Amino acid sequence: MKFHKTAAAAAAVLALAATAACGGKEGSAGDKPKDQTDEKALPKYEVAKDVKIDSPVLKKAQKRGKIVIGAKADQPYLGFQDQSTKKYSGFDIEIAKMIAADLGFTPKQIEWKTVDSGARETTVSKGDVDLMIGTYTINDERKKQIDFAGPYFHAGASLLVRKDEKEVTGPDSVKGKKVCSIVGSTPLQTIKEPKYGAKVTELSKYSECVSQVLDGQVDAVTTDDAILMGYAAQNPGKLKVVGKPFSDEPYGVGLKKGDKALQKAVADALKKHQDNGDYKKAFEATLGKSGSKFKTPPEITEK
Amino acid sequence: MNVLLDNLALFREGFLGTLWLTVVSALLALVLGLVIAGFRVSPVPPLRIFGTLWVNVLRNTPLTLLFLVAFFVVPKVLFPGVDSFILAVCACGFYTSSFVAEAVRSGINTVPMGQAEAARAIGMTFTQTMRIVVLPQATRTVVPPMSSIFIALTKNTAIAGAFDNVDLFNIQKTLSNDGYDIAVIFVWITLGYLIITYAINGLFRLLENRLEVAR
Amino acid sequence: MSASVLFDAPGPKARVRNLIYSVAGSIGLVALIAWVCYRLYDKGQFAGELWDIFNYAGIRQNIFDALLSTLKVFALAGVFSLAFAVVLCVARLSDHKPVRWVAVVFIDLFRSIPLLITIFALWVGILGDMTPMWALVLGLTIYNGCVQAEVLRAGVNAVPKGQVEAAYALGLRKTQVTASVLFPQAVRSMLPSIISQLVVTLKDTSLGYIILYPELLYSARLIANNTPVGGVYPTVQTVIVFGAIYIGLCLVLAWLAKFVEQRGRRSKAGIVPTAAEQPEEVAAPGDVAKPSDVSKD
Repeated sequence: MKFHKTAAAAAAVLALAATAACGGKEGSAGDKPKDQTDEKALPKYEVAKDVKIDSPVLKKAQKRGKIVIGAKADQPYLGFQDQSTKKYSGFDIEIAKMIAADLGFTPKQIEWKTVDSGARETTVSKGDVDLMIGTYTINDERKKQIDFAGPYFHAGASLLVRKDEKEVTGPDSVKGKKVCSIVGSTPLQTIKEPKYGAKVTELSKYSECVSQVLDGQVDAVTTDDAILMGYAAQNPGKLKVVGKPFSDEPYGVGLKKGDKALQKAVADALKKHQDNGDYKKAFEATLGKSGSKFKTPPEITEK
Repeated sequence: MNVLLDNLALFREGFLGTLWLTVVSALLALVLGLVIAGFRVSPVPPLRIFGTLWVNVLRNTPLTLLFLVAFFVVPKVLFPGVDSFILAVCACGFYTSSFVAEAVRSGINTVPMGQAEAARAIGMTFTQTMRIVVLPQATRTVVPPMSSIFIALTKNTAIAGAFDNVDLFNIQKTLSNDGYDIAVIFVWITLGYLIITYAINGLFRLLENRLEVAR
Repeated sequence: MSASVLFDAPGPKARVRNLIYSVAGSIGLVALIAWVCYRLYDKGQFAGELWDIFNYAGIRQNIFDALLSTLKVFALAGVFSLAFAVVLCVARLSDHKPVRWVAVVFIDLFRSIPLLITIFALWVGILGDMTPMWALVLGLTIYNGCVQAEVLRAGVNAVPKGQVEAAYALGLRKTQVTASVLFPQAVRSMLPSIISQLVVTLKDTSLGYIILYPELLYSARLIANNTPVGGVYPTVQTVIVFGAIYIGLCLVLAWLAKFVEQRGRRSKAGIVPTAAEQPEEVAAPGDVAKPSDVSKD
């Protein structure tokens, strides 16, 4: 009967899927991300004990024994998740580990959540994540919905183009060119202005923009230079970053609005690790390897 | 702070984007769907196979996956440098064409057998039978499901927003970035979609009534 | 009407002509496939290294986990939407005008709103705090429940009037008539359409990407973007692999629908199941469901 064949086929598919789940090569697939992070140079963070802060978000995290941190997964050297080992790595990830250590959580007690740019405010204000650390620019619109601690890093919008690109040399030469960025991002709004006059392409992930620039669908990608440097380093010989930064993007740690105690604790943690040198070590071991130069950490204003 | 009045231009742009995408994809789906339905009942085996494959593959793939193909595979492998609107139209249109083809085919199946036999008896060819006798009669039964298909298409265009197209759903991101209340934004966006879907519904009602008379 | 009625048994001339068309059609088809394959080859998409990523245990585990979370949401949404559909359908057929009216408005409204918006709105917190998974399940439940309710209603309407009258004549109450006469037959006759709509439910789980639910397609995008091999992103490869998974899952369901339909044909209850191949989104706003010619109301 026909159904028996169908059932047999279905069983075969399931069996295949089951065997597929185990076995196979170990390790991480694709280009080895070992060049992205210098595991040995990473500092070890001392985990604080018996942290008592009057913060509802932290108390909840302590109760469940895990802190949930929102991160990016597709930005090499900043926040990147290896799809075969599921491990996160990058500068933002190190910052997150520092803060978590000061709040009393070991790296094992961190539950990572991948959050796309467009969904950051919502996930933070809903409480889906306790902290959001993922190239998160502090600005006034966002401050209406959530609070920030930081800034811990200053980036600036720049342009990523193909290596053989001659015409686009900076923000002043993008008139009529196709520039890609993600929906609702700040550099996109800027480059759209008549002063620059670029035609924009809006996608939901930066990595998809990078894919489009490699395929020749767009002429340039615009966002923060730190992110772009990472992509350029991931695709050596194919992409380059051009032009001077044309905006200022201070990165902060996103937290639920109104949780002043946690905001202060995070700001203190950032300050502490900047002073004791962990910050610089973490930078050199991650972002520094993409070609970004170390800059003195900015003054913490949101605390 | 009125969301609609403050951002009328944005809403109009989004509304027209959705409308335009729907109309162009609907036309593409209609033409392709008719051709594929013709393939599926034709006397030429390879065309029949092609028709069956087309319908089965497209009907069983999530539209989001088709969008991924359209935006990241087609430009990479086949045609570099295609405009994103055309790619979105292709994804929506191809997807919908498989449903149109199925609707047309079941419409053809409802035409009494004697009609086709009579057409053959007076010496008509396959193309003539289809064009003059079968398809015109099939239209009546095809129209009601077609209205549902096009309404589904309207709703599906919302996915195009994530792939560089101006559409009604996408303006939500810009507006909530500006700090408007998300619930209010959704009310207005929903209203925009309701206008389009009810317009399609009304249009097909009208068409149905006209065809009823033509019997 | 089967296709063969549309054309004569071909004579010698027509045979030649059909043969020519067949050959031309085959050549055209093969040429198209060959061209696509050539372009893929030309761009280096067939390189072993690019496909090798699927040989890694980690990637396989990743795909497997994603498949499980897709199936989990599908199972929950499938069960809930059917339960919800029964409730909506009963409300829709209620004798009380306000109840009927509420059901009509609810069904019409949620069938006209893009599912993407429903899911997103639920996640953002229109109805209170919700994890991505439950937002997705609830969104799918509401939308598919509405569509399935209309399918069920069409099935109920297709039950011959005499049966209901006979049941009332026996002294059954309305609840009894609905539960033991109308619904069992409606479900049986509409089972193929119901399963077809379940295929739609399965496909729509992919909308979970918008609320960051780690289902199949979400994981596909991350694999494609995060595992470059020699600076080439394996987009083509992931799309092919994940496309095959989706099509496989949907075909299994579609076959089930066909099997049920054929088995139903053999029964002698007098109610014929509808054809399995029904277009999705059975009905339009303000419109009654017309999933088959059986439904006349």
